[in-house]
Amino acid sequence: MSCIDDVFKKKRKKALIAYVTVGYPSIEATIKVVPMLAESGCDIVELGIPFSDPMADGATIQQASFCARQNGTTPKHCIELVRQLRQEVSIPLVFMTYYNPVFKYGIEKFCCDSVEAGVNGIIVPDMPPDEGFELETISHKQGLDLIYLLAPTSTAERIEMVVRRSRGFIYLVSVTGTTGARESLTTDLGELVTGIKKKTSKPICVGFGISTPQQAEQVASVADGVIVGSQIIKLMQAKDNFKSVCGFVKELRQAIDRAWSS
Amino acid sequence: MQPDKKGYFGEYGGRFVPETLIPVLDELEANYRVLKNDAAFWGEFESLSRDYSGRPTPLYDAEGMTGHCGGARIFLKREDLAHTGAHKINNALGQGLLARKMGKRRIIAETGAGQHGVATAAVCAKLGLKCIVYMGEEDVRRQALNVFRMKLMGAEVKTVCGGSRTLKDAINEAIRDWVTNARDSHYLLGSVVGPSPYPRMVRDFQSIIGKEARKQIKDKTGRLPDYIVACVGGGSNAIGIYHPFLKDEEIRLIGVEAAGKGLKSGMHAATLVAGSTGILHGTRSYLLQDKEGQIKQTHSISAGLDYPGVGPEHSFLKDSGRVKYVAVDDGQALEGFRLLCRTEGIMPAMESAHAIYYAAKLAGSLNRDEIIVINLSGRGDKDIDIVAEAMGAGL
Ligand SMILES: Cc1ncc(COP(=O)(O)O)c(C=O)c1O
Repeated sequence: MSCIDDVFKKKRKKALIAYVTVGYPSIEATIKVVPMLAESGCDIVELGIPFSDPMADGATIQQASFCARQNGTTPKHCIELVRQLRQEVSIPLVFMTYYNPVFKYGIEKFCCDSVEAGVNGIIVPDMPPDEGFELETISHKQGLDLIYLLAPTSTAERIEMVVRRSRGFIYLVSVTGTTGARESLTTDLGELVTGIKKKTSKPICVGFGISTPQQAEQVASVADGVIVGSQIIKLMQAKDNFKSVCGFVKELRQAIDRAWSS
Repeated sequence: MQPDKKGYFGEYGGRFVPETLIPVLDELEANYRVLKNDAAFWGEFESLSRDYSGRPTPLYDAEGMTGHCGGARIFLKREDLAHTGAHKINNALGQGLLARKMGKRRIIAETGAGQHGVATAAVCAKLGLKCIVYMGEEDVRRQALNVFRMKLMGAEVKTVCGGSRTLKDAINEAIRDWVTNARDSHYLLGSVVGPSPYPRMVRDFQSIIGKEARKQIKDKTGRLPDYIVACVGGGSNAIGIYHPFLKDEEIRLIGVEAAGKGLKSGMHAATLVAGSTGILHGTRSYLLQDKEGQIKQTHSISAGLDYPGVGPEHSFLKDSGRVKYVAVDDGQALEGFRLLCRTEGIMPAMESAHAIYYAAKLAGSLNRDEIIVINLSGRGDKDIDIVAEAMGAGL
């Protein structure tokens, strides 16, 4: 059983997953904020390795990725950062990145170095399972959970493939679109999750577009976990960034726990 | 050659896109597979190619250029004479008809030089489809004429300010729109790049160039050419003319990339000549990238060649050795531009001028009984400002 599985096996609560872009607004800020996220109630943190062409991301994460790259953040730095974070943080850490930086690093070496530093999983939004065999084989051998995504457009056949092959959890994209805050989420989210639940007992976490405690509560009432990214990145831009991020995460935590107890 | 079931040409190709788009690509592929064998569809494509686009485009015996170069006999495949001024109309028309069949009434496109944007805007106006074109800020500036042409034909041009503000970023933004609106929108991708089935589908629509050229050169000279030269951005005009000749091993195929300010300067777009394997915009192919796998900034005087990727079939053809890829820099391309203006009274697109320059040098080194066909992929009106600026002549 992987470290990510443990989060969901506890079953006491629904999972709160936060996303931050490594190196935004600086590497130091990332090192400082991740332990705070854990303390404020996050169960898993996704660490975004910045890429020059983030085609699945909306304006907020694009801009953060651009800035992080300006700061000189490389995949090596990201791995190094995890090693450093592991002195303080025990919750699962998951890399989120596009395929090319992993490919260029060397798939085997990337997985090996990541696991060694303390990474528990990896999400690659531009690599559907159809193209994932190589990374899947290698990551599993190294003990890294490869998390696949599902979307509102996924067919029954694809849902079956993804739930069979995804490890750790299943990342359900809540909207047909890119990352970024939205006023309203897909209206049939409940139906979508129920449909997937019929085919698997693996946890389903929902992300893309969730930016308020109300939305988090709504999602937590149907899914096993809530993923919040762009809104956290936005708060990182502000002056009192750490304080406001922690405050926001605590609110999310409460909202999610509320959904669970009701 | 046909790609395998997963859309690979050897090790290149595939579908590296978000899950949301996979069912969309499946739908596109299924529709295309049916239409590929639908005589009525191709009948409409051919009839519109003739009456709307002005095909077949002539194969022109360029005696002036031949005389100037003093060697091989040069023919120009006149895609510059096709409606909207470049080969791009062939693909825009094919995919426009396909989108209409699929019931998608909103068309998304990216454009670099603006030629693909103009072709798409024209086809959308003709077929009554809504048209949104993404274009990098830098390209909007250097191809202002085409921006206006698109707007005249009813397209909405969206300026892209992210990244390098050129074609690569326009594609990113078009993909983002597509991920968001896939249910009612078709992404009319402009070259043989992107996820499967685009590389093969765009090639099929563009191979009309090579089919015509093959017949025309036989009619005019009684034989096939010795060399075929084309410029390579994403690679659609090149693959279009090569394709019907790939099996004729004795014909040498040459692809000319943009060496920008020189390969050593790092400011170029010579993907096949100077790149390495990677994954961008949904496909595995040669790329210009740094050691961290970040996509490099490119440079070329021609917006249409200013792209860090290339079609996967070209990557395959490079590795197999079937096509030779070379690079020509900004200054040389300008020389090619002027050469064709003066020897033939034809103003080539700056993209095509890369092929002209290389072919001119090549012709000079060959015998008079040898034949070169150059794919003159587009006309140069759109480039007047850039050429004037580069020559230091104010307009
Ligand atoms: C006239 C012309 N030639 C060539 C190209 C390069 O594209 P491709 O390599 O796909 O033919 C363009 C692209 O905009 C173009 O406008």
